Amino acid sequence: MQLESMYQEIILDHYRNPHHKGLREPFDAEVHHVNPTCGDEVTLRVSLKDGADGEAVVEDVSYDSLGCSISQASASVMTDLVIGKPAGEAMKISDAFLELMQSKGKAEPDEDLLEDAVAFAGVSRYPARIKCALLGWMAWKDATARALSEGGQHS
Amino acid sequence: MTFDVEVIRKDFPALNRLVRNGKPLVYLDSGATSQKPASVLDAEREFYERHNGAAHRGSHLLSEEGTEIYEGARATVAGFIGADENEVVFTKAATESVNLVAYALTSSVKAGDEILISEMEHHANLVPWQQLAQRTGATLKWFTVTPEGRLDIDTSLITERTKIVALTGQSNVTGAVPPIAEVTRLAHQAGALVLVDGAQLVPHHPVDVKALDVDFLVFSGHKMLGPLGLGVLYGKYAALEALPPFLTGGDMIEVVRMEGSTFQPPPMRFETGVPPAPEAAGLAAAIDYLGGLGMENVAAHERALTARALDALREIKGVRVLGPDTTADRGGAVAFDVDGVHPHDVSQVLDELGIAVRAGHHCAWPLHRALGVQASTRATFYVYNSREEVDALADGIRYAQKFFGA
Repeated sequence: MQLESMYQEIILDHYRNPHHKGLREPFDAEVHHVNPTCGDEVTLRVSLKDGADGEAVVEDVSYDSLGCSISQASASVMTDLVIGKPAGEAMKISDAFLELMQSKGKAEPDEDLLEDAVAFAGVSRYPARIKCALLGWMAWKDATARALSEGGQHS
Repeated sequence: MTFDVEVIRKDFPALNRLVRNGKPLVYLDSGATSQKPASVLDAEREFYERHNGAAHRGSHLLSEEGTEIYEGARATVAGFIGADENEVVFTKAATESVNLVAYALTSSVKAGDEILISEMEHHANLVPWQQLAQRTGATLKWFTVTPEGRLDIDTSLITERTKIVALTGQSNVTGAVPPIAEVTRLAHQAGALVLVDGAQLVPHHPVDVKALDVDFLVFSGHKMLGPLGLGVLYGKYAALEALPPFLTGGDMIEVVRMEGSTFQPPPMRFETGVPPAPEAAGLAAAIDYLGGLGMENVAAHERALTARALDALREIKGVRVLGPDTTADRGGAVAFDVDGVHPHDVSQVLDELGIAVRAGHHCAWPLHRALGVQASTRATFYVYNSREEVDALADGIRYAQKFFGA
């Protein structure tokens, strides 16, 4: 059985006990993303603050979502990885995760960078599920880009 | 010919392959697309090997043979549904057939008119009507569904303003079969046209368009053992003749001058470009195959599988079947919700066991909303499915529940 390679224990843990779930105030941008093939959806908010060096830092990511174990766990892992990070660094993690998902199971993920998210390497071998794993990440990227382009509102 | 699943399965090369983990394939996704018997593949191959000329063009032998095969397939399709040959239009798929009618009606539908559909429709018989309403200023109305997934036929929705009623012949989610002949009678009394989406009906039940009395019936070849890329629009000849062309170009014209063109009568008016004759040959072979089995026998076989599936799923705690709980006026599409396990996860576990089902909203998002679920897992049955495969589905669902601790 290869099921365990996709549904690693760490993924099932995040699925059963998602981190940072629920919508919170304040926020700088809110987006709603949908996976049109299955109807899974996420509403996600990003709150930024000014860091010490003037670069925006991800202060909070809150979300409400409906979806499969992969999409739920992935959103949970994503919040762990990006909250508290400078926006630029968080974007790099997001890019690395996207690359891992597009690797068809062949990438050697950078565990220092991706932490729990390396557990999704097995998902990248199942093309139909890649969108599930990316749903929360793409929503975060979109919300953060919007928050950054609106700029200076994070007080 | 007796209906022996083991014998039938031997005709389908794809059913012999092994899938994940070296498991035999349990194919329960024929509602999305059916597998093909060797005779269909042979017919297509033979066309390319022996008769590959452009049908309706050229006076050489290959072109003549191609034309004969293509038009012969039209006659086969017509015979299968009780239509006349000139009432059968070949399209790319059922979806294109609906779009053809919806576009061709643009100039005869106006603001204030009503288009009546249902909440149960596949997006293919929903979005084209929304678009027609937007183009014309007509109002889109719809029958809702009961909690059981049956059509709630509120006859007050059929009025003298109703221009067309477009309904599914069998839901691709709940399997519910609406009373088409009854709705058609009411619609005709009000002066409305009736289009039936037969994508899930024609492959699984005997259909006689004259008995149903519908104006249009659409279906896809690939869901009835035929090749992908070929669909059918049946229309009563007078209804087709009243429509302007949709896709235009070669073959569908009568006379072309720089100032303008005139068009062929139906069905040629609606077919342009070199016809997909190999696919038509394949569809004719598929219909011959189904005819050999007998559509009454096909329907009875699926009814037995559906009854077995409903019984088996009813016994699993936490599983809710979407749609009617009995096989009365119900076909072999069995969608279900597993409490605590998302459909994508159910289907992933089933896939590991070699069982192919569909997960999602199955292009019927409003119906899922109406039934109070975001998505579902769906098993669909066809001629080659066995009782053992239904049992494997039930076992697989239990395994998924165990895996996810639901």
